[in-house]
Amino acid sequence: MTSTQNIIAEAPEAAVVAARHESFVRLVLRRFLRHRLAVVGAVVVVLLCASALFANAVAPHDPTFLDTKHRFLAPFQDMGFLLGTDELGRDTLSRLLYGGRVSLAVGVVAMLTTVLSGLVVGLAAGYYGRWVDDLLMRFVDTMLCFPQVFLLLVVAAFVPPTLISISLIIGLTSWMEVARIVRGEILYLKEQDFVQAARALGAGGARIMFKELLPNAIAPVLVAATLKVATAVLMESYISYLGYGIQPPLASWGNMLTNAQGYFDTVPYLAILPGAMITLTVMSFNFLGDGLRDALDPRLRMD
Amino acid sequence: MLNYVLRRILQAVPLMIGVSIIGFGLMHLAPGGPLAVYTLNPTITAQDIERIKVVFGLDQPVYVQYFKWALGMFTGSWGYTFFGGRPVLVVILERVPATLLLMGSALSIAIVVGMFVGILGAIRRYSVFDYLATTGAMFALSFPTFWFGLMAIYVFALQLRWLPSGGMYELGAEGEFFDLLRHLALPTMVLALVIVATWSRYTRSSFLEVIHQDYIRTARAKGLRAPAILFRHAFPNAVKPLIALLGVQLPFLFSGALVTETIFGWPGMGRLFVDALTMKEYPVLMGMMMFTAFFVIFSNLIADVAVAMIDPRIRLA
Repeated sequence: MTSTQNIIAEAPEAAVVAARHESFVRLVLRRFLRHRLAVVGAVVVVLLCASALFANAVAPHDPTFLDTKHRFLAPFQDMGFLLGTDELGRDTLSRLLYGGRVSLAVGVVAMLTTVLSGLVVGLAAGYYGRWVDDLLMRFVDTMLCFPQVFLLLVVAAFVPPTLISISLIIGLTSWMEVARIVRGEILYLKEQDFVQAARALGAGGARIMFKELLPNAIAPVLVAATLKVATAVLMESYISYLGYGIQPPLASWGNMLTNAQGYFDTVPYLAILPGAMITLTVMSFNFLGDGLRDALDPRLRMD
Repeated sequence: MLNYVLRRILQAVPLMIGVSIIGFGLMHLAPGGPLAVYTLNPTITAQDIERIKVVFGLDQPVYVQYFKWALGMFTGSWGYTFFGGRPVLVVILERVPATLLLMGSALSIAIVVGMFVGILGAIRRYSVFDYLATTGAMFALSFPTFWFGLMAIYVFALQLRWLPSGGMYELGAEGEFFDLLRHLALPTMVLALVIVATWSRYTRSSFLEVIHQDYIRTARAKGLRAPAILFRHAFPNAVKPLIALLGVQLPFLFSGALVTETIFGWPGMGRLFVDALTMKEYPVLMGMMMFTAFFVIFSNLIADVAVAMIDPRIRLA
């Protein structure tokens, strides 16, 4: 009791701030760990990222090597080709690993594009208000009138499909939600005392936006970013499936599925495997994001 | 009320202008521009291209082109298809019934099931049912629509042979009701799955918010029975955000319908869009973008008016 009093007497503010900061991180972690499916999601996400990063070390075969002597092998039929082979004798496991690399790369780059655009638009709209806000938010409303897949396909059909171009297209057609979230946060934050204090001390617009507002608005953005990886992976598979995404022989889960559709009646596992990988990835990111949302929710901060 | 409706319509006008600018800009920024289909054709000479440009008015400044095009949009002249030269509006409109049938049946099933699951989950919060329902919804949201569709085809059409794998009618059975139902079953199920998931999640959280309000406690305190509280007091308040959600969800529904129609060969707007994409039918693509966007704006308008009819606080604000 006396020691606490001493600390508070010596450096009252620093002690309180440090204590609260420490306990908030701990609290978030504790609440996240309680959410079992979110933990499972996090573990799977780590595993998927590792297998994508080290695909060249883990994969037993070259994903584009054609082995015409071993076509249409079923999973576990030949231990040299653990998950079987496709119509050209390419090893399915290797293609899934390399395909995962492509799908996750698209997911992450698209997410970064989404978050960056959303942050810029939301920050500008929320901070400057007035006509800037009106203009940007009407633009957001307008973009939201178009079905995303329609927009994606139209642009994807015009642009030569590369990993970067597809990620950018996906990112640039899905930032609106993030912009709205950030704007809402900024509108609330900019009326808070600490921002008024910064302004009174003579801080400029850029300083207030990036030093005061942005760090405090990061929690909901983090949640949205996680969920955006999930939708981006899904979107990549949609456009690759429809033939406007990643082009063969480069493997992506989406184009593996399109390819498998031709032999669907006789060798269904060729379609089941990439689809299962997409589902697993999307689901893990969704559970992870959901768990983060619950753990970071300020309304539950008191439990 | 009339005041509110008029104000709401006025708000929709800038949206429509914005939508038309984006749609128009997208087509003009496209490589090759609106004439790509001609410039890529080796039998058409440079002089021909120039003549076509003049005929279509493409030699005029961009803003003149835009105003002419926008005027055409409002008077119903949406241009003609490159192949076949049919009016674009007619081509789109003849695909509308199939898509509306698919979206309508999927949506109605999804709303009934989703609301039932959501309400039950909210009342029996943290029960086994609630846990299963929320986890199941998360699973459903993570399925790629087209993969779920392929799996459904594999199981129900190829293996069990209960249902047809695609199309709208059997050859020679055009217009027969039961044949249509059989063809509708799988695509409806696939499209409905995602909506059920979203709908049950939103219903659950919306009811949870309402159930803990003071007026519900008051109703319970004066001795009302549970069904009366639920349907008389909780329902109207909980359902308001859901009506608004209906309008907001519509673009996702169109996206889902596009994918579903492609898998099942359903002759609707989504199929038209994908076909137009492969043939670089710019007039059709542009028309489709405008049509869906206007449809979304209009539906949001209806949804907002419906909410205002339920809640006087909104229309008088």
